[in-house]
Amino acid sequence: MNKMEIIRSLEKENMKEDLPKLMIGDYVKVAVKVKEGARERLQIFEGTIIGMHGSGIRRAIAVRRLSFGIGVERVFPIHSPKVDNIQIVRRGKIRRAKLYYLRDRVGKAARVKEDINKR
Amino acid sequence: MQKCMLGTKIGMTQIFTDEGIAIPVTVIQAGPVSVVQKKTVDTDGYNAIKVGYVDVKEKKLNKPTKGQFEKAGITAKKTMKEFRFENVDAYEVGQEIKVEDMFKEGDKVDISGISKGKGFQGTVKRYGTARGPMSHGSSYHRGVGSLGGASSPSRVFKGKKLPGHMGVDKVTVQNLAVVRVDAERGLLIVRGSIPGPKGGLIVIKDTVKA
Repeated sequence: MNKMEIIRSLEKENMKEDLPKLMIGDYVKVAVKVKEGARERLQIFEGTIIGMHGSGIRRAIAVRRLSFGIGVERVFPIHSPKVDNIQIVRRGKIRRAKLYYLRDRVGKAARVKEDINKR
Repeated sequence: MQKCMLGTKIGMTQIFTDEGIAIPVTVIQAGPVSVVQKKTVDTDGYNAIKVGYVDVKEKKLNKPTKGQFEKAGITAKKTMKEFRFENVDAYEVGQEIKVEDMFKEGDKVDISGISKGKGFQGTVKRYGTARGPMSHGSSYHRGVGSLGGASSPSRVFKGKKLPGHMGVDKVTVQNLAVVRVDAERGLLIVRGSIPGPKGGLIVIKDTVKA
C-alpha cells in the first residue's frame, strides 16, 4: 500500500457510509446533536447548501437559511459524530459551485429553482 | 530510555473524538525493526541495542555493513540506529520488534526527524525577526538591519542572526500523545505534526518530559 492509500483507508474507517449524495443547491435538513446539561437532543437546521469544501473525512457543507429575515449560515463537517443525519428535501437547479450570490438577495429572489429531473 | 522505534512519516489527517472534536493526527509507519547488535557494560562499557529498519537489496550495501546483518542472522536493512537501553536483557540479537510491543494508546512520545529544506532564507523567516514597514516611504523592508557598533567593537559579534541556509536540521517534537496503535498494519498515530517530509525517516522515543 502506498502512503495515500493508507491515509484514505484510515479515513474511511471513521467516515459515515449512510450519507445521501449531497449536492450544491440542495435544500437539506441537518440534525445536530446538542447537549443541554446532562441530556442530549437533536436540533434541526434547515437550509440550502451554498458551498462544499474538503475531501474525505474533512468534507464540510455550508448551509444557509433565512431566519426571521436574517441570513444564518452554518458549516457542518458531515462526518462529525455531532451531525446525526442529513435529509435532502429537494434538489436545486444551479449553474455554479458556490451559491454566494444568495447572500445579496432577500425574499423571493433568494430561492434556488428545484431540479425536477434530479429528484 | 525504555522505548524506541524507527519509522516513516506517512502523512496527516484528522480523527473525530466521541465528543465530536476533530483532532489533527500524523500517521507513521512504525517498524518492525530487527535487533542487529546488543551492547553491554562488559563488552562495550555501556548498555544499548542497535536496530535495523526497512529491508534493502543486499547488493546496495558494502561488505562491512553486510557482515553485521549476517552475524545477527537477519535480512539486510537500509538504516541502523543505536539506542541506549538499561534493560538490554529483554532483547535478543535477531529479534524483531513490532510497534505494538513498544507503544500503546495514551503513551507520550518524542519524535525526531530531518526537517524539510527551505533553501537560503532571510532573517525574517529563519529567525522570526521583525520586519520594517512595507510602505509609507519606508526603505527598510525585510533586511537584517544593524550588524552592531562601529569603531567599538569594530567587528560583528559571533552568533549574529544573518541570512543563510534553513531547514534539513534534526528537529525533535516532545510530548506527543499516541492516539492509536494499528498492530495489523504497523501504524502509529500521534496527535499533532512531526518534522520532515512524507516518507522521511522518523525516530520515536518515550518522552523525556514524563
